Amino acid sequence: MKSPPAVTAVSRRFTLRMVWKALSWTVLAELVGVTGLFLWPRKAKAPEGGYGGIITAGPADSFEPGQVTAFAKGQFYLVRLADGGFLALSRRCTHLGCTVPWDEKGRRFACPCHASAFDVTGAVLSAPAPRPLDLYAIHVDGGVIKVDTSTPVMRERFEPGQVVRL
Amino acid sequence: MRLTLRPVPPKSQASAPERDREEASEAVASRPRGILANLALHLHPRAVPEKTLRFDLTFGLGGMALVLVLLLVGSGVLLLFAYEPSAERAYDSITALGGEVPFGQFVRNLHRWSGNLAVVIVVLHLLRVVFTGAYHGPRRANWVIGLVLLGLVLASNFTGYLLPWDQVAYWAVTICTSMLDYVPVAGRLLQELLRGGADVGPRTLSIFYVLHIVFLPVLLLVLLAPHFWLVRKALGVVIPRRPDEAPSPRAPLVPTSPHLTRREGAVALILVAALLVFALLVNAPLEARANPGLSPNPAKAPWYFMGLQELLVHFHPVFAVLVIPLIVAVLLVRLPDRLAGAASEGVWFVSAIGRRMGRTAALLGASITVGAVLADEYLLDTARWLSSLPPLLTTGLLPFVVFAGIAWGLTRVLARRHGGGHEENVQAAFIGLLAAFLVLTVIGIAFRGAGMALAWPWDVGRAAAAVGR
Repeated sequence: MKSPPAVTAVSRRFTLRMVWKALSWTVLAELVGVTGLFLWPRKAKAPEGGYGGIITAGPADSFEPGQVTAFAKGQFYLVRLADGGFLALSRRCTHLGCTVPWDEKGRRFACPCHASAFDVTGAVLSAPAPRPLDLYAIHVDGGVIKVDTSTPVMRERFEPGQVVRL
Repeated sequence: MRLTLRPVPPKSQASAPERDREEASEAVASRPRGILANLALHLHPRAVPEKTLRFDLTFGLGGMALVLVLLLVGSGVLLLFAYEPSAERAYDSITALGGEVPFGQFVRNLHRWSGNLAVVIVVLHLLRVVFTGAYHGPRRANWVIGLVLLGLVLASNFTGYLLPWDQVAYWAVTICTSMLDYVPVAGRLLQELLRGGADVGPRTLSIFYVLHIVFLPVLLLVLLAPHFWLVRKALGVVIPRRPDEAPSPRAPLVPTSPHLTRREGAVALILVAALLVFALLVNAPLEARANPGLSPNPAKAPWYFMGLQELLVHFHPVFAVLVIPLIVAVLLVRLPDRLAGAASEGVWFVSAIGRRMGRTAALLGASITVGAVLADEYLLDTARWLSSLPPLLTTGLLPFVVFAGIAWGLTRVLARRHGGGHEENVQAAFIGLLAAFLVLTVIGIAFRGAGMALAWPWDVGRAAAAVGR
């Protein structure tokens, strides 16, 4: 008569193999996880009063209607439209990320890289830029303009609702 | 000592090569020269088909690429001793190369020009493989490895471009990584991973540095091994065979040393000598320190991406940086399958018909591209004319379909007029598109001035000099 099959021996081997497999996968997952998190892009800490934080632009009255003021530290332009409203425009071209200078004579932002142009509200005057310049949120605090540069706001077109009025 | 050879030359016709080979193996065993030869024989078999020694079969391009890689590793390791990979120090350590470090400028020049030349040589190597039909059978896999190697050479050049941290470097990398923004879904994430944040900054420099000195070279060297090994698996480089000739695996052989090794040595020495002289005479450019607040006008990609940048001027970004490159990549990988006819091997441009068709296709591709660029610059404004439609259609799909249609139609016309076979037709289409891409690259390099407007090369040069000051 045959002895009963060695169930316990096989199942121990099976169990150990499963444990090994589980451990190997765990180690792999840890490796991938640690490497991934290590390399994951993180937000640079915004310096006090610098790009990425809240920047005090100055009292609202100090900006003339029609005036465009560059804030190099905050990487934006504060625009006071002719009707007195404010816009904070990102200086980064929406085409390929070049820095757009303000052309006072032509009253436009002209990108030096691929010839995109934007009007004073940031709306596209000529392609290849696909959308207007990004906006930053403006808070008016006791007549003083403050611009939050932490998150640029993308927009498809210029709308009057984007203008901050006193 | 008896050596097994594959293929074994037939005894009757191989008496002279046979004797040579015996001498060669004696040499391997006895003399120091033989030891050197033996080293070269790690890459080559002991004997090679005599027909494959012809210089105009391969122009030694693969060997040149290897020499360049060795030069780049050598000069690159030297530069590592002088370079400081931080945004504050990088630029100063590069200017120090031009002043304090003995031969610093020379080593930097050598590294820069070798890298640039590597792009040219590797592309020519690819074209040689295409136009001599060296992608059949066992070479199929090597074609794909070769394409990956081309990608690695481009990536190495590009990551190295940022390291001097000057204006050109900063803005070229800004532009090129901004292209990723147009890739749907994963584009922004890819861009942030590559930049290490939202903008090109100090972390981008660290990432590019590591990619440039560890990741890409290791990958490149690892992939070179199968690239060489697969050539041996395919019994050496392709043996010329016209369509009317039957394939013969038993070509007459000659000993690799000295017949092949001397030729390779000559090519390598001439190349190195030319590069050394060039590096002595021409300095690698270095512009003003990187300034994130001031984009130079015009801001251009590195020259090897100028074709892509020129596409961006004309096509919607989704087409210029995603659809078209993707289609080109797929077509390149699949090219050997499209050319599966294998009517001939090792014959330039397949046949006389192939040569004629290729010439016409090159002329057509180049002139149509010039015409299209001029028309788009001065006449067409589809985005405005059809302003009710989204720009993805008017500046993307519409021009793309028109050009694909023109290319397809002309290929059909060419095929009918010249009576080309399948291989000749596909080759003609390839040449036409290649000519178009080359023209775009040349226009981007030499004919784009301030504001990326079309300009004459001498005006472009003057503007670039002004930026340099």
